[in-house]
Amino acid sequence: MAVGKSVNRVDAMAKVTGRAKYTEDFYHPDMLVAKYFRSSIAHGRVTAINTKKAENLDGVHAVFTYKDVPENKFPTAGHPLALTEDHKDAADRLLLTRDVRFMGDEIAIVVAQNELVANEALKLIEVSYDEYQPLILPEDILEENARQIHEGSSNIVGEHTYTFGNDVDQAFEKADHVVEGSFRTAMVQHCHIENHISHAYMDDLDKIVIVSSTQIPHIARRIVGEVLNIPLSRIRVIKPFVGGGFGNKQDVILEPMVAFLTLKLNGRAVQINLSREECIIGTRTRHPFYIDVKTGVMNDGTIVARHMDAISITGAYASHGHSVAAAGGSKQSSLYPRAATSFHARTLYANTPVAGAMRAYGSPQIIYALECATEDAARKIGMDSVEFRLKNVARQGDINLLSGKEILSCGLADCLIKGRDFIGWGEKKKEYEKFKTGPVRKGLGLACLSYASGTYPVCVEIAGARIALNQDGTVHVMVGATEIGQGSDTVVAQMVAQTLSFPYENVLVVQAQDTDVTPFDTGAYASRQAYVVSNAVFRAATDLREKILDHAAVMTDIDVAGLDIVDGNIVDTRKSAQVMDMKTLAIDSFYHKERGCQLTAEASFKATTNAPVFGCTFVDITVNIPLCKIKINRMISVHDSGVIINPVQSGGQIHGGAFMGIGAALSEELLIDPKTGYIYNNNLLDYKFPTFTDVPPIHHDFVETFEPTSAYGNKALGEPPVISPPPAIRNAVLDATGLCINSLPLSPHTLFTAFKDHGLIDEKGGDNV
Amino acid sequence: MTDGHFRQISFTINDRERRLRVDIRKSLAEVLREDLGLIGLKQGCGVGECGACSVMVDDVLVDSCIYLALWADGKQIRTVEGEARDGKPSKVQQAYVDEGAVQCGFCTPGFIMATTSFVEKCKGKNVSPGDIRKAHAGNLCRCTGYQNIFTAIEKSIESD
Repeated sequence: MAVGKSVNRVDAMAKVTGRAKYTEDFYHPDMLVAKYFRSSIAHGRVTAINTKKAENLDGVHAVFTYKDVPENKFPTAGHPLALTEDHKDAADRLLLTRDVRFMGDEIAIVVAQNELVANEALKLIEVSYDEYQPLILPEDILEENARQIHEGSSNIVGEHTYTFGNDVDQAFEKADHVVEGSFRTAMVQHCHIENHISHAYMDDLDKIVIVSSTQIPHIARRIVGEVLNIPLSRIRVIKPFVGGGFGNKQDVILEPMVAFLTLKLNGRAVQINLSREECIIGTRTRHPFYIDVKTGVMNDGTIVARHMDAISITGAYASHGHSVAAAGGSKQSSLYPRAATSFHARTLYANTPVAGAMRAYGSPQIIYALECATEDAARKIGMDSVEFRLKNVARQGDINLLSGKEILSCGLADCLIKGRDFIGWGEKKKEYEKFKTGPVRKGLGLACLSYASGTYPVCVEIAGARIALNQDGTVHVMVGATEIGQGSDTVVAQMVAQTLSFPYENVLVVQAQDTDVTPFDTGAYASRQAYVVSNAVFRAATDLREKILDHAAVMTDIDVAGLDIVDGNIVDTRKSAQVMDMKTLAIDSFYHKERGCQLTAEASFKATTNAPVFGCTFVDITVNIPLCKIKINRMISVHDSGVIINPVQSGGQIHGGAFMGIGAALSEELLIDPKTGYIYNNNLLDYKFPTFTDVPPIHHDFVETFEPTSAYGNKALGEPPVISPPPAIRNAVLDATGLCINSLPLSPHTLFTAFKDHGLIDEKGGDNV
Repeated sequence: MTDGHFRQISFTINDRERRLRVDIRKSLAEVLREDLGLIGLKQGCGVGECGACSVMVDDVLVDSCIYLALWADGKQIRTVEGEARDGKPSKVQQAYVDEGAVQCGFCTPGFIMATTSFVEKCKGKNVSPGDIRKAHAGNLCRCTGYQNIFTAIEKSIESD
């Protein structure tokens, strides 16, 4: 049984030996290098640009400006094509722009023989601007006379409301208590170690090949075609190994430009390899949110009403735009399905770096506010935080009132109990009662999460799988699901091995995406792949299994009903004896002159279900008041992601997500000058994501449920672990200090301000405790 | 480029002597990748922040992106390509595979060299978890939260 076993990754050996090839490793001797000329202001319009000196520099092949690019505006979000207008993404971007909307906006591009020359040429470009006041904060962006960052937009990208359950106003009126809070999340960045990189060349007179570090090869292909107005079949996107994405490569960022450049340069290979500094300001970030939450609660601990109002800042261009707030907002109905709930969200343009998709897509912001508010409500009525969650969270059989679907699998209550036991909730609570005063304080916190296993019914959910029996009795598998480091190729191999009853080692997954070759799939996002692909893989593998057994029956004259595959061999079940090995069968199927054929199977599958997943984080912390520092003593995240296909690799997803959550909770934020829009920390030295010495041991556990809509009982896992650590840590700070500190990150700077405001330390940092 | 930009150097790379005419402006990372085709090392920042380009120069772990190729003249260099021998991974490499310490893999070659350097330096010594963390603090990973990497390092020390 391959499913449920911690087999090694299919690509692990290639990666530890340095043999795995990433985009930068495909070297063309004649490849040219392109570098963007970026704006030095955040808001304005170019009045003049002179590129003559740059063009004349030795080694420069071309310089293009906003005057040279196609005029059709396009959307960059990595979404499947929407057939209805209401789900179309905002088309607000050009390849190069005259209107400057954030500091670092792309005005021109230099193509040169190498990076040294390109950088020299950038210095020779002369530009002048009409400058406008940058719009950074919501109150300025929404001011009546504020300049429209995109003409006709009123600076609002999207807005929506929903309600579910009983009448929300009446529920608030009946509530014994109403608890309110305002919350803020920071702009954080993905910081995948491989920066964005793409190159393109033409391998024919009219065919463009793009090699790119992308999560969405098939979508990138379509959007490039739209931008350049050329048929999709003339564009081929190849995705080699990808050095992390976390959503930042679920956006079409460099592909249209490299395709444009190779077209302009007679098919010559051109590469854009962003620097870390460019990658941080010039790709995508996580939307900062401003959220107000109101919770109506009864004395017995029932949450009866909830209202949330959210503002999401998408920055200079829409990218994923309002979809992020909408997706994040929708998870409330699977986490607390029985409370009457209303939700309102707006997404605003701003003169800041562009926000797009990032791991868990709006949920880290919304659920942070929701779980802080839930903690505040529990405290208001004096109920134990765990008991309060147990009373209110989703249970199997609840109806998710937003989707109208029954929750078919839910182990959240058991997750809470496992987490509570691990952290020693009762004893620690008692022990820490004496640490609520003085300079060193201790506390416990928790937070729950819910997420989805895809994007349906907002977007189409389609996956494809193709399996072929090889002459040596192994199989090759091709899927459209995109491996970006999360391990999807490995779980696909496990699923195929399970259904075919093959040894895992005999299932080989083709480890590169090529839109000319691989089956269609929309790509790596929404934690969708293992869930959606499961049904495609299951169908293809079941089909191939039948073909193999049929051929075995023809070869042996044994009735097919009496044949089976066991550990990759054909077995006569009535005699419990092996009939032949797979290689013998394969050779016969290929080379017998009268019977058989190459045995292959293929399936393309659309999911019309979307299983909610659940989890929680418990944390035990020490807060040092004079040092304004939080130390995590112990932490555990417990997840219900259905059947766990590969426990070790799944653990890795929790570790990585929780670590990213710890970063967002304690140290990560892009610091923007509110007057100029300048980003102070566009590098890995000043943008503080945790190093090896900053992360405590992260414990994890699972509550395995069986999700009936998945072929192997599995649900989403990639993104959810990032969601619950920040609210759990905030709630632990509240437990330790009695202070509701409602903005992220809880960095020394934030803590200093809060402690000072509450008199715990004085102006100069001396402690009063 | 004028000839003034080039100089002849020689070094040992993964046990092999090489003489090379290098662009004096190039980093060791650039020369290893572009001139010698040793693409195992990765560049995540180009300024010594992330450690993805870690290699060993005379048994010292360095960020090859901020180490001039010229400085390697007469020295011994080890990269990830030299660690697997006779079709077998090194103990460190095997430990990373077995412990699930690899995800996207972009930081992995740098980490393999950091751990290899650490294990060789610590031979016969007692090593604390703090020592392990400190010795790898110059290598950033965004996928794993360093958890399975930690166990892979522990295992590399045990098996050595």
